[in-house]
Amino acid sequence: MQPFTVVTGLVAALDRANVDTDAIIPKQYLKSIKRTGFGPFLFDDWRYLDPGDLDIDPATRRANPDFVLNQPRYRGASILLARENFGCGSSREHAVWALADYGFRAVIAPGFADIFFNNSFKNGFLPIVLAPDEVDALFREAGAADYRLTLDLPAQTVTTPSGRVLRFDIDPFRKDCLVRGLDEIGLTLQQADAIRAYEARRRAEAPWLFA
Amino acid sequence: MAGRSSGRTPGGRTLYDKLWDAHVVADMGEGAALLYIDRHLVHEVTSPQAFDGLRLNGRKPWRLAANLAVADHNVPTTRRDSGIADPTSRAQVDALDSNCAEFGITEFRMSDPRQGIVHVIGPEQGATLPGMTVVCGDSHTSTHGAFGALAFGIGTSEVEHALATQTLVQKKARNMRVTVRGAVGPGITAKDIVLAVIGRIGTAGGTGCAIEFAGEAIAALSMEGRMTVCNMAIEAGARAGLIAVDATTVDYVKGRPFAPSGADWERAVAAWNELHSDADARFDREVEVDAASIKPQVTWGTSPEMVAPVDGRVPDPAAEADAVKRQGLERALTYMGLRPNMPIDEIAIDKVFIGSCTNSRIEDLRAAAGVVAGKRIAANVKLAMVVPGSGLVKRQAEQEGLDRVFRAAGFEWREPGCSMCLGMNADRLSPGERCASTSNRNFEGRQGQGGRTHLVSPAMAAAAAIAGRFVDVRSV
Ligand code: SF4
Repeated sequence: MQPFTVVTGLVAALDRANVDTDAIIPKQYLKSIKRTGFGPFLFDDWRYLDPGDLDIDPATRRANPDFVLNQPRYRGASILLARENFGCGSSREHAVWALADYGFRAVIAPGFADIFFNNSFKNGFLPIVLAPDEVDALFREAGAADYRLTLDLPAQTVTTPSGRVLRFDIDPFRKDCLVRGLDEIGLTLQQADAIRAYEARRRAEAPWLFA
Repeated sequence: MAGRSSGRTPGGRTLYDKLWDAHVVADMGEGAALLYIDRHLVHEVTSPQAFDGLRLNGRKPWRLAANLAVADHNVPTTRRDSGIADPTSRAQVDALDSNCAEFGITEFRMSDPRQGIVHVIGPEQGATLPGMTVVCGDSHTSTHGAFGALAFGIGTSEVEHALATQTLVQKKARNMRVTVRGAVGPGITAKDIVLAVIGRIGTAGGTGCAIEFAGEAIAALSMEGRMTVCNMAIEAGARAGLIAVDATTVDYVKGRPFAPSGADWERAVAAWNELHSDADARFDREVEVDAASIKPQVTWGTSPEMVAPVDGRVPDPAAEADAVKRQGLERALTYMGLRPNMPIDEIAIDKVFIGSCTNSRIEDLRAAAGVVAGKRIAANVKLAMVVPGSGLVKRQAEQEGLDRVFRAAGFEWREPGCSMCLGMNADRLSPGERCASTSNRNFEGRQGQGGRTHLVSPAMAAAAAIAGRFVDVRSV
């Protein structure tokens, strides 16, 4: 997994609440059996005027000029700013894969849906929760040209161009995995003996669970 | 005490606390734990990359018997014997078949009479049992919480983690209880209860929580109804929904293929009888709803919280003071093609979908058939379809003659699968089409790009099919 330490990047502001995973990556792309290549289909229904599918070359489609990410000023953005309950809906990890494949490294919002939040950490992708008024302030400032933030995961801070420093909380285990780019399965398998001990005890208590 | 105490309030334990405690393999501090997973359900959409990960790292499933796989999202609901026409859908189902064969995982293939929607077949087979942890790479895994199980949806990386280790690293959620007091009125179903609850607490109302549904109205529900309620806990933002075990639960489980029998059965039932919150358990958040006040519900917007009683009206964005919310309302009404203040029962529909893991069980089909018996679908309804949740539901419905009732009324009677709940197969809405749907999500484009979804109960969907618009099922 790609480690996440300090990222400075252009901010794209998506001023919507309840951005659901169906909107982030529509169902037709879930038929792919790969983990990569979803970037061109990120926010597909909003981003293009004509319908798309896995076998349609995105370069041949008509971009929706009204959609924020299509504005030239946001080209190369790596930090997404959004509103409440980002990533709600389905468990599809493809939503995180699409954001990451597009080039985003992090999303800042006042709140996230649980599964999306969880999925993010498995992909070197950082969801940052800030208070609603702090997010409001960022939305106001992000109107400025070339608005960049610096995300410092080890220090747990977001620094604005004017030098204002906002702190965010993160679970220490998740932070450690992300900063070091650790393979969580490998870590868990170091506890194989504990898992086997649990199974032995549980099998005696509740044998029907192991039938 | 760091760790275990997080999420625990003083006093007795909640059902969620009990399920959590029983599955902790290792405490990781800060409220996180390595949690043992008893049952892992697998489907074709969220698993291929997980199996690839196993292969890439030379890993094997930890405990094969814990897994049960089925293809449901991409399967066609017509002409099953001629296979899957769409090559990408077919590739995904083929990948599941070959992955299960390679690793030795039990799979109900498309031709198996037990095939169906993953959240229908788990309980139907007794693969979902009280007291279990149940996971699946699908958000509606919350459904299985109806059995007093801790069940939640996971992403593909966690599918791989569950396969490889039989555990997941989890952070304990907060305890929330929604108590539905008293009895619902005639014609009010589990779907109306849960939509009313979501309308009240919002789609982020349960974020970070496990919601236990309690109260007389919940206890009075059948297992099918309880599954409908827990299914939509995710639509309230909660990862898990839970309902205490009682005689209804035990009766449902008894005799199912994967359920314990003999001496194990007696021991299991004794253990399951403890699966309820202690009387002095404390919850981080409590919500009470008066069952008698619940009317048949219809969503009008693009989020399940955008819901109104059938005798209500579409809201007027102009009346909303908060600018972000007003914009959200305006966008929803534009997408849905509705006028502010329009009465719900003036909304005419083009299609009707009765199915999905929310409402495709035998009881749902009986309720819908009861409404359409002896009637015909309205002239403006282009397509009305019933998609049973599993092959076994379909067979039972046919034995009861429900298929003939539906067909005589002008409905199509299909093969089991997810179908138009999300339209990964050929069943979907065209742009602008309006659908009365018994599924769980009315997001933009969910049932097909530009499609407009109204979530309702099976009886309300059936009534809408006959009237051609939404009507109060209690008056037909
Ligand atoms: S029926 Fe719909 S919600 Fe349920 S598992 Fe299938 S696609 Fe998901």
